[in-house]
Amino acid sequence: MEDSNKPYEFAVHHSEEDGKKIRRRLWNVFWILLVVTTVEVTLGIYWKQMAGVNSDAVWPIIKWLFISLTLLKAFYIVAEFMHLGGEKKNFVLTIMISYSVLLIYLVYMVLAEAVYHQ
Amino acid sequence: MASQAPAMDNKKLWGGGVSPYNVSYGKMMMWFFLISDALTFSAFLISYGYFRHVYENLWADAEQVFTHFPFMHGDNPLLYVAFMTFVLIMSSVTMVLAVEAGHRMDKKGVTIWMFWTIVGGLIFVGSQAWEWYHFIHGTEEGAMEVIVSFVYAGVEYPAGTILQFVEGMEGAFQLPGKGGAIISGPEAAVIVDGANHIHGANLTHNEYGHPLFGDFFFFITGFHGSHVFSGVVINFVIFVNVLMGTYEKRGHYEMIEKVGLYWHFVDLVWVFVFTFFYLV
Repeated sequence: MEDSNKPYEFAVHHSEEDGKKIRRRLWNVFWILLVVTTVEVTLGIYWKQMAGVNSDAVWPIIKWLFISLTLLKAFYIVAEFMHLGGEKKNFVLTIMISYSVLLIYLVYMVLAEAVYHQ
Repeated sequence: MASQAPAMDNKKLWGGGVSPYNVSYGKMMMWFFLISDALTFSAFLISYGYFRHVYENLWADAEQVFTHFPFMHGDNPLLYVAFMTFVLIMSSVTMVLAVEAGHRMDKKGVTIWMFWTIVGGLIFVGSQAWEWYHFIHGTEEGAMEVIVSFVYAGVEYPAGTILQFVEGMEGAFQLPGKGGAIISGPEAAVIVDGANHIHGANLTHNEYGHPLFGDFFFFITGFHGSHVFSGVVINFVIFVNVLMGTYEKRGHYEMIEKVGLYWHFVDLVWVFVFTFFYLV
C-alpha cells in the first residue's frame, strides 16, 4: 500500500533563513524563562525581609504571584518548546481539554472533600 | 452554508488514511502518554497540597531543609534548587535547538545539541542524588521526636511531633511551624522525656517536620528523577542513532521531535515541583 518513493508526509523541513528566525525566537523564549525564574528565586529568598512585619499579610500576594509566574513558564514551554502553539487547533484542543477537565475535577474534589479530614 | 465554506483540502479531513490533525501517529501517541503522565504528577502535587494544609503546623519549611550548596559554607536557601532549575531549562533549550537542526538536516548540529542535552540531564540527576543524600543524612545536631502527645498553650501536639534544638540554650526546644514557641525548663523536660533523637529523614521519621513531608519529597522528586533518568537513557539511544546516520538515511529527524517532547515535559514538571515544593 505504501509507496516507498513517496516522501514521508509529516517530515518537517525548513530552510537556512527560516532556521535563523526560529532560533532567534527560541532564544527569546529562553531569556523569558530565565528572567522569570530569576525573579521567582530572588523573591523566594528576599520577600520576607522586604515585607518585614507585614509578611503574613503580603504572603497571599507572593504565593499567587509564584503560581502565576509558574503558569506563564508552563505556557512558554508547552507552546514554544513543545511546539503545541504551531499544531492544528483541533489537536491543541484535544490535548488541552482532556487534561484541563480532569485536572479541574481533581482540584475541585480535593477542595470539596477537604472538610472531612481528621 | 456549504456553498460559502472555503474550499478545504480533502487530505486534511477525516476519511481514513490521512491524519486529520496533520500529526504523525508516533507524535500523537507521545502527546497522549504525556497527558496521562501529567495527570499522575498533578495527583501527586494536589495530594501534597492537601496534606500540607491538614498538617500545616507540623510541616517542614523546605527553604530551611535544603540550604547546602557544594563548596560553599553556611545557609544558602533556594540557591541549589535554582541552579538545578537553570540546568534543566538550559537542557530544554539545547533539546529544542537539536530539533531545529534536524529540520535543516544538519547532522552535526543535531549531534552537538543532543550531546549538551544529555550532559544537562546527567548534571540534574547527579544534583538530585546529592540533595537526597543530604536530606537522608540530615544535620549533625538532629532533632527530638516526642513519643507522647502533649498540650502547649491550648494546642494539642500529637506523638511524633518534632522539636528542634535551640542554638546556645541547653534544655530548650522550639515547637514546629513558622515562628514556633520555645519551651524550656522542667516543662520541656517532661515533654522530651523518652523522646527519640533523630537525624535526617526516611519514610517514617523526619527531623525537619512531619514524616509526610519526607514521603512526598521522596515520591515526587523520585518519580521526577526516574523520568529524568529514563529521558537521559532515551536521549542517549537517539544520540547513538544520530551518530550512525539512521535519520540521515531515513530522510527526516522526527525521532528527535518525539524524544524532545518527552524531555520538555520533564522540564515542565520540574517547573511545578520547584514552585510547590520550594517557593510556595
